Amino acid sequence: MMDFAPMHSAPAEVPVEHHSHGGWDPYVDNGGTSLAIAGKDFVIVASDARQSDGYSINSRYDPKAFTLSNQTVLATTGYAADAKRLVEVLEQNAQTYFHKHEKQMSAPAMAQMLSNTLYYKRFFPYYVFPILCGLDKEGKGAVFAYDPVGNMERVVYQAYGSASALVQPFLDNQVAGANQRGHEGGLLDRETARKIAIDAFTGATERDIYTGDWLDIFVIDQTGIHREKRELKHD
Amino acid sequence: MNRLAEQLAANDMSEFGLHNNNDSAAIAGPSFQLAAGSNPAAFAHHFIDAKSEKDSLIKIAHGTTTLAFKFKDGVIVATDSRATAGNVIASQTVKKVIEINPYLLGTMAGGAADCSFWERVLGMECRLYELRNKKRISVAAASKMLANLVYRYKGMGLSMGTMVAGWDEKGPGLYYVDSEGQRIANDLFSVGSGSTYAYGILDSHYRYDMEVEEALDVARRAIYHATHRDAYSGGIVRMYWVRETGWEAFPLEDVGQLYYRYHPEIQLTNSAESPLTVAPLA
Repeated sequence: MMDFAPMHSAPAEVPVEHHSHGGWDPYVDNGGTSLAIAGKDFVIVASDARQSDGYSINSRYDPKAFTLSNQTVLATTGYAADAKRLVEVLEQNAQTYFHKHEKQMSAPAMAQMLSNTLYYKRFFPYYVFPILCGLDKEGKGAVFAYDPVGNMERVVYQAYGSASALVQPFLDNQVAGANQRGHEGGLLDRETARKIAIDAFTGATERDIYTGDWLDIFVIDQTGIHREKRELKHD
Repeated sequence: MNRLAEQLAANDMSEFGLHNNNDSAAIAGPSFQLAAGSNPAAFAHHFIDAKSEKDSLIKIAHGTTTLAFKFKDGVIVATDSRATAGNVIASQTVKKVIEINPYLLGTMAGGAADCSFWERVLGMECRLYELRNKKRISVAAASKMLANLVYRYKGMGLSMGTMVAGWDEKGPGLYYVDSEGQRIANDLFSVGSGSTYAYGILDSHYRYDMEVEEALDVARRAIYHATHRDAYSGGIVRMYWVRETGWEAFPLEDVGQLYYRYHPEIQLTNSAESPLTVAPLA
């Protein structure tokens, strides 16, 4: 038999791109910020609509807060694809519940269901940080904040996402009155809460590269969900 | 009677994706979606590291300083309220005491979702036990149920360090249960990254024959000093007392205020005349 020398003799070691792990990488952080503020009889929900992957902007308007059929709003951050799937699952369950029991699922019931839905994917999580907003049985504003595997806390306000470390301390100060001498406490009125939500986002847009373009604002109250779209800076 | 309970169990669980194993109704539990591939557990480890949370993409909320001890009038349970995700304080208002039922408490350290989910499952199992046996479950049996539930997932990355405290026919009960399969009975435990500091206070001040006020003071000091030294602990002190009539909760105490009580010699040197306070939300 003949011995063939290799046609293209390569250097002893060809540089190969090594990934941190072989194979499958199912998660992307698409950036963006979401917040919610609860009031006596309303909730304000706000999310920017920029969607990024690294330094590329995929979309300037891809909403990440979703209205559900039971008069709740799910504001998300994290991986947009997982968030969209999560909303589908939640909405399907809400529909099933509605036809089974002939009434809409309450916000606290959906809150517990969301926690379980996230935990059932404990070993292959949705990479989503959800904030579920609605009114409770007494008509009070209800905000539920989660980690990706379903740890749940009912809160008065919450900011999640790429600018959460900028926005959450701002809300601590402006909503809870943290570190303010002689602050009386109590919940905000609707217009103040709305203005604080807008200010939070104009500020976050200035300092966070992943937040900007458009702002979706939802006001949830007894009369329904009222939606407003505002412009943020596009740079 | 058992048939009714089993029917209820089957219905309740199927509604939320929980399935009764047909072969043996005794082994029931939730079913989980897994990643595709030959080793879904290894996959999960890569993205969520519930044990160290270092460099993992998905940072999950973690619990931190918890303690519980028996004394002559029952059990005291106390916790801080801080949750951290990486180096960010995710919350200062976490409820790390889980009210399983009016006679049973569980504490939260490790992965917050792991603790709250499994102790909720435990609450359901305890209620089914009551329906089946017409009596309350013992703390020993409840804690063993929790240990067995999580033991099935050993090596899958669960992170749970919990104390189960309660009152049953034998009196006060206190067990430590974790996701590694440990289950220990004792008079005094502290769990979490701040536990070493809490033990320092507890070991030097704990006596079995304390009055309630003194017991609460020891618990409060232990949590406070843990929040002072451990960066992963903080927020507010939450305390419970379990006795024959069940548990009762005490008012929350901000560790920011406790600082000035436990360090009276420290004066504010800036222009402030009084410590900053946080107004409570309605």
